[in-house]
Amino acid sequence: MTMRIYVPRDAAAVAVGADDVALAFAQAAAARGTAIEIIRNGSRGLCWLEPMVELSTGQGRIAFGPVTAGDVPSLLDAMAGNGQHALWLGVTDEIPWLKRQTRLTFVRCGVVDPRSVDDYRAHGGYRGLERALTLTSDQILADVTTSGLRGRGGAGFPTGIKWKTVAQANADRKYIVCNADEGDSGTFADRMIMEGDPFVVIEGMTIAGITVGATKGYIYIRSEYPHAVEAMNAAITAARRAGLLGKRIGGSAHEFDLEVRVGAGAYVCGEETSLLESLEGRRGIVRAKPPLPAHKGLFGRPSVINNVLSFAAIPFILDNGAKAYADFGMGRSRGTMPIQLAGNIKYGGLFETAFGVTLGDLVDEIGGGTFTGRPVRAVQVGGPLGAYFPRALFDTPFDYEAFAARDGLIGHGGVVVFDDTVDMVKQARFAMEFCAVESCGKCTPCRIGSTRGVETINKIINGERVAENLAVVEDLCNTMKFGSLCALGGFTPYPVMSALKHFREDFGPAPARLQAAE
Amino acid sequence: MTVGYEPWDTARGAEIIAEHAGLEGATLVILHALQEAFGYVPEPAIPMVAEALNLSRAEVHGVFTFYHDFRKQPAGRHILKLCRAEACQAAGGDALAARAEAKLGISLGHTTADDRVTLEPIYCLGLCATAPSAMLDGRLVGRLDDARIDALVAEAQR
Repeated sequence: MTMRIYVPRDAAAVAVGADDVALAFAQAAAARGTAIEIIRNGSRGLCWLEPMVELSTGQGRIAFGPVTAGDVPSLLDAMAGNGQHALWLGVTDEIPWLKRQTRLTFVRCGVVDPRSVDDYRAHGGYRGLERALTLTSDQILADVTTSGLRGRGGAGFPTGIKWKTVAQANADRKYIVCNADEGDSGTFADRMIMEGDPFVVIEGMTIAGITVGATKGYIYIRSEYPHAVEAMNAAITAARRAGLLGKRIGGSAHEFDLEVRVGAGAYVCGEETSLLESLEGRRGIVRAKPPLPAHKGLFGRPSVINNVLSFAAIPFILDNGAKAYADFGMGRSRGTMPIQLAGNIKYGGLFETAFGVTLGDLVDEIGGGTFTGRPVRAVQVGGPLGAYFPRALFDTPFDYEAFAARDGLIGHGGVVVFDDTVDMVKQARFAMEFCAVESCGKCTPCRIGSTRGVETINKIINGERVAENLAVVEDLCNTMKFGSLCALGGFTPYPVMSALKHFREDFGPAPARLQAAE
Repeated sequence: MTVGYEPWDTARGAEIIAEHAGLEGATLVILHALQEAFGYVPEPAIPMVAEALNLSRAEVHGVFTFYHDFRKQPAGRHILKLCRAEACQAAGGDALAARAEAKLGISLGHTTADDRVTLEPIYCLGLCATAPSAMLDGRLVGRLDDARIDALVAEAQR
């Protein structure tokens, strides 16, 4: 009997040797005359176990990991025999780290063959679109609105309202734009879903297209993600061949097609208006709002622009109903969030769960603390523009409003863990440096403020008039926060000010002299 | 990576430009295609792109210079990109970058004198749970440590 073996093609697995493992399996099986079928799936998201190989059995899929090419001969023995192996992890779905998740968006990621429409359908894919094709635009909008889905890119704007605005706009053409410019360090959920379950993104965008009356969609993927570009292109071709993109989608009267565009290394293009400029072939300079992209977006036409994860959440909502999604979560944060545990963390990876889990649970219990074994000192949530939280704030629940109330943000759901060797004044300077390099230059607070910020923090590091310069940093941060056009300049103060507020001891001696002079 | 690229040729450049000029907002697509063929975007191509898209030369130059990806001259034979963003910093990326710089005798953003290796920072490869990470000529490598970075540098120098 042919053994069916899954070896991930996810970039994170490939980066730690998955291609070598797949090759070793093919060669070893050929040499032994063993019949095997290798499926290059996405990643299940247990990154510390990558490359995680799975064997299809009567009891479900059995996982082994982390596998190296050298383990392959003994693994093949085990797979053909009783399954005993040092790398044996048991039935994949029963691995506690995976079992305790609530996978709505990532339910198929790592399970299916990302190149196969049939496999996608066999696992519940395209049921959302099928149902959407029986509904009116208003009915779909009602579902999306009732689900409580908010933009997963970071801003958290209600998706239903955005779609409704575009649906109601009158224009000769409308566009659907998928923001796959996932530039935040510590985030990789967009990459994972594009590589592991690209059809869910296509299905979500297609549903958006028929809802608002758009016939063309663009997926703007950053150039740092060549594997995701390849996976999306392959999936688009397969969907077209299956009649699920192009004219008369699924035999209906609707038309919708997709095109991948590749960014060119500008972080600011993750900002939606900058992304639109870039798609139009210009410098990625931020646009002033209004007009909103929903009114005047790509090429001046009404456009739905959403993050990858927002589109990827749509098929579940249409298939299972708005309530099934809204039943998860807390407060105004409904549904699930694919959280990414990264940096110096023992059990890092993709953890999708309902909103409401605390930061402490994520870092200590689920993440297992640091891989260096040293104490966790700081956690940056939400990418380079997110705040650094100390252990004292670990009771913060993962929720848009709860993080905002503590001067932080959940952003795109990235959690980067640092141990006690981190120097927070350096992290604050890095935030300013990054902003200075990546600023599009349109508004003064961001363009000049970040450069002055770097200079001033350098003075603090050198011990020059620390108290005065800290006041300058605070002032700069206020100007940037309230005076910048977009989140790049507007949110860079979050990492800087949180580092200063919670880790003041790293910024030089406290201003004792001032107190003495009073 | 001058090896494997075509030398600049006006007719070939025009052909590449014509291939994509009909797309909506084609500028970035064309610049990517030129760089893929020649390893950089040769200066004579800029006015050609402008003419094909009915843009000013300044506009195309502006786009070309805005994005970090586009090169105005060929890179070294191998391009080693080290992720320098926060998740990799948290996992010891600073020391590894310093180690690579010392081994190659250049700082990030430069090419060795023998044109073998261009060392560049990259801000996030999305391999944040298998950090620190790097990319050598398009090949991803995660969970870097001293031994792995040394091997990568040695491979790039070959």
